[in-house]
Amino acid sequence: MAFDSFSAFLAMGGHGPYVWACYAMFFLLMGVVIWWSLRQRRVVIAQQQRRAAPMPSADERPTASFTRIESSQD
Amino acid sequence: MASEAKLPVRTPEESVSALSAMKAVFSRDLKTAFRQPQDLLNPLLFFVMVVTLFPLGVSPEVAFLREAGSGILWVAALLSVLLSLDHLYRHDFNDGTLEQLVLQPQPLFLLVLAKSLAHWVLTGLPLVMLAPVLGVMVHLEGNSVAILCLTLLIGTPVLSLIGSIGAALTLGLRSAGVLLSLLIIPLYIPVLIFGTGTVMAASESASVGGQLALMGAFLVLALTLAPFASAAALRISLSNS
Amino acid sequence: MWQIFHKLGSPKWFFGIASTLMPWLLVAGAALLMTGIVWGLVFAPQDYLQGNSYRIIFIHVPSAFLAQSVYIMMAVAALVTLVWRMKLADVFVTAVAPVGAVLTFLALFTGAVWGKPTWGTWWIWDARLTSMLILLFLYFGVMALGAAISDEKSSARAVAVLVLVGVVNIPIIKYSVEWWNTLHQPATFKLTEKPSMPAEMWVPLLLSVLGLYLIFGWLACLRMQTHILAREGRTRWVKELVQARGN
Repeated sequence: MAFDSFSAFLAMGGHGPYVWACYAMFFLLMGVVIWWSLRQRRVVIAQQQRRAAPMPSADERPTASFTRIESSQD
Repeated sequence: MASEAKLPVRTPEESVSALSAMKAVFSRDLKTAFRQPQDLLNPLLFFVMVVTLFPLGVSPEVAFLREAGSGILWVAALLSVLLSLDHLYRHDFNDGTLEQLVLQPQPLFLLVLAKSLAHWVLTGLPLVMLAPVLGVMVHLEGNSVAILCLTLLIGTPVLSLIGSIGAALTLGLRSAGVLLSLLIIPLYIPVLIFGTGTVMAASESASVGGQLALMGAFLVLALTLAPFASAAALRISLSNS
Repeated sequence: MWQIFHKLGSPKWFFGIASTLMPWLLVAGAALLMTGIVWGLVFAPQDYLQGNSYRIIFIHVPSAFLAQSVYIMMAVAALVTLVWRMKLADVFVTAVAPVGAVLTFLALFTGAVWGKPTWGTWWIWDARLTSMLILLFLYFGVMALGAAISDEKSSARAVAVLVLVGVVNIPIIKYSVEWWNTLHQPATFKLTEKPSMPAEMWVPLLLSVLGLYLIFGWLACLRMQTHILAREGRTRWVKELVQARGN
């Protein structure tokens, strides 16, 4: 133990602001990168799920757009 | 168009040696460039104007200019080479010449080397020739001016060669100009450091042989490696578009 | 030998391996890093020259160390991309570049803040800090080029060329920056070079370096998995995997 008390630990012999600013920035940025990576992953998985989702069955499917395309074929 | 393409488009039987293909590419680049002289003049004007900004923006004092002069000239030269790089492949890319170059039987890196050398003759060399005038204007002493021109002479081909990699990578992209600078400026730093450092050492009348030899080593390294990277980048960019 | 190589290149195989490895990497990395940091902050003795401000070392050195080795790893992956066209390698380069940039920034930030109590200014054009700054520029260039090319395949290969050109330049840049530094100001005091570091200082430092390495490994796996999922969306195994995960 290099410090006598908790307040001495926080003060870091007068260098407290510097030391704590560095550690705060380190954990903040690493946290942001990790959070962002996890979020990106969730977004991509959701995207792929939507893409892979089976087509809605015939009775709940809106019919209008499909019939129109068929009629314009000739 | 008839006078435009002087590329060696021949059948494989009468195939062209790599050297004459390089010559053809080189002289073609010079010829097409001289058809638009304004484009050749612009980087030079830019060079002069950037140098002018420093006495106006910082200080016209002789002491300051003598101290900072070599750095100012080098930075200005670097920026104007950077600006001109966009032209290196763009015109050929737009009219399809570049695709033909890639299809030539001669190794692409040699043709790229020829193009980079042509680019240097068109931008770097005029900058070197203009440098003594500006050197006098920023109050560099005679010896320093000579060394400055020598470092520019060795250094600007390195700038053209490294720059050709960036130009090839950003070919056909939107806002290619800014991106090109972003990619290339960090790679220019060693040349800049040694370019200005050599002049500074010369003004303190230290010997500069070692630094000049190192700059020569940069040039050799760039001559041997940059065309390969540039050729690889060109193929990638062309397959992309 | 070649079979292993091809297997290594298969995204599906990697995905499975990464999934089993990741919890271990995260737990071990976090444990090592936290041990190193707590040890360094609380138990390591005070430095006789710099007082307590030296305790920044326990994050500064790991960040700086990793920032550089991430670029080297990217260069190796870039070479593999260009030579063997291995899919995983180019996924690695694109997935890892932002992490490398953040680590480089952290090394710069902690270096600058450390500089204030030791040198008296926030920023000094010291050789190490300057080459770190240039490394940050290189990372930015890689990220900008990757973002500018929309086609994934040619984006990956263009980025690979740039990374390789950068890695050839890094030693030259380092050397020239050091030379430039001696030209302008003789180095008076270096941050990380001490006459001799007692074991109470270097053991926690080693632990935090290892810990950050493992955490980087976890992060790289995570980000590579994300990129693979996005790219291989058409393959059956991704579809099955995604289906199994949701609902």
